[in-house]
Amino acid sequence: MSDRKTLQTEQISGHPGPVPGMGMQRDLEVCKLIDTTTCIGCKACEVACVEWNDLPFQPTTFDNTYQTMPETNWNYWNLIKFREHVRDDGTLMWLMRKDQCMHCADPGCLAACPADGAIVKYANGIVDFQQENCIGCEFCISGCPFNIPKFNPATKKVYKCTLCSDRVGQGLEPACIKACPTGCLHFGTKEDMKLLAERRAKQLRDVSGFKDAGVYDPESVGGTHVIYVLHDAQNPELYAGLPKDPSIPFAYKAWKSIFKPLGLIAATLGFVGVVFHYVFEGPKREQPEVPPRRPEPPAGRREA
Amino acid sequence: MATSVGGMQEKEPQFFNKLGRTTVHEGELQRHSVYTRFLHWAYGIFFFLALLTGFAIYLPFLFRWFAPAFGGPANTRMLHPWFGLGFVFFFGLQAINWWGPMKWTDTDSRWIKHLPEFLRSAESLEPEEVGMYNGGQKLQFWEIVVGSIVYLITGIVMWAGARTFGAMLVAISYILHDISALIMLFGIFFHLYQATFGQPGTIQAMTRGTVSEAWAWTHAPAWFRQMTGRDPRQALEQERKRRADRERAIEQLSRGAGQGGGKT
Repeated sequence: MSDRKTLQTEQISGHPGPVPGMGMQRDLEVCKLIDTTTCIGCKACEVACVEWNDLPFQPTTFDNTYQTMPETNWNYWNLIKFREHVRDDGTLMWLMRKDQCMHCADPGCLAACPADGAIVKYANGIVDFQQENCIGCEFCISGCPFNIPKFNPATKKVYKCTLCSDRVGQGLEPACIKACPTGCLHFGTKEDMKLLAERRAKQLRDVSGFKDAGVYDPESVGGTHVIYVLHDAQNPELYAGLPKDPSIPFAYKAWKSIFKPLGLIAATLGFVGVVFHYVFEGPKREQPEVPPRRPEPPAGRREA
Repeated sequence: MATSVGGMQEKEPQFFNKLGRTTVHEGELQRHSVYTRFLHWAYGIFFFLALLTGFAIYLPFLFRWFAPAFGGPANTRMLHPWFGLGFVFFFGLQAINWWGPMKWTDTDSRWIKHLPEFLRSAESLEPEEVGMYNGGQKLQFWEIVVGSIVYLITGIVMWAGARTFGAMLVAISYILHDISALIMLFGIFFHLYQATFGQPGTIQAMTRGTVSEAWAWTHAPAWFRQMTGRDPRQALEQERKRRADRERAIEQLSRGAGQGGGKT
């Protein structure tokens, strides 16, 4: 993705007119669109994710629903969350939401991370963990409003969905997209996906009778690079706790970027204070101390 | 052997007294037992280890170069909680040890009110009522007691992480842990200064365990009275007089002996 951008011709010597192909490169940002209204919960995406990323599987917890396990895990980055929802008219709905990293434009995990280079955000919007730089402090877990990063106690590193950055880097779609049989998963530029999502939401409102259908692309984290079409965009919490207004804790925003450095400067004033105390006031000696020189006491020196 | 000589209010476990000794020279008073000194340097070392590893995590932007000394960032993060536990453990023992002498009194409240004057070194002697520790020392002690409790609780929350305590508790702990660290860092500069450059003759209390009597009547007059039974101000006057007499005697001697070896 980035190669196509950087190697794009910008100027040509001795060439009349505009550079051919200039402006052909469209939106750099990629996006995954999940249409929860057409998801059948087949879990092909879960399997594709585990396969492509070569994740070891292990016994899971069955919780009497159509859900593979209660939460995403360090070795299970993509999970269809399942909820039964009784509507006001008494009819039942099965809500399936593919849960994975949202790839926020303003990532809370990245803000919280104290390790140099452990979390990166690419220009295409993908937020990626670099485990070789991870120090295992788990602050990213508390910085994430979607409860996505998961700790592996064996390696003491944190893992999550990469949006298949390795595939996307080669111009391929993420593995989950490729595996989806109903076409509820789409992948493309952010602009295109938003357009597609809005069109589908409008169709749901106008044709299918879901008056509150809409797109989930929360502004409070600067938008996400994984967006949902929901039957009821007013209540995203219905979809296994999708936060309506996801936010990054204060600790990792203003506190970390402003108050921490200021606090350190304030604490260092203690050092400055004692240095200048010694310079201006001098030590407090045991009494009786040797009296100041008799002939001419230096000006300004207080008598003991 | 809980309390022994005079005004010694510190524990003196047999084991530590066998391990080391405190030699009180002529003109000196024992200030700290071997046990107290051991604890002090134990948590002192852990404090700086925790501080340095903490710095690397606190502001990696500035201090990531501390991490290689501890085996890289991941090791630094792994060690920091253990250093912190070491600090809290040994300081906890010291807090028990010092609980009595650190009790806050009216004297200390008055001392705090006059802090600006003490900072200006307007008076070269501590007020006569000041005992083993002055208000400032007690304030710092209690700050560290409270700070250690905050460290311990918030530290454990962050150690077990959001998967145990939830994201919000970890985020709150993150801030409280920082504040505790900043206050303690601010305070440690005064502690180091007062023990060395600020009040010469102080650090030996924590190394050899003794201070000079002159130190005691200057910086801890009521403690001096407790230890020796003498009045601190009178003792100071006696010393002044003794020195004056000595000088006069030397002068007389040197006058009597002409220009000869009277100087010594």
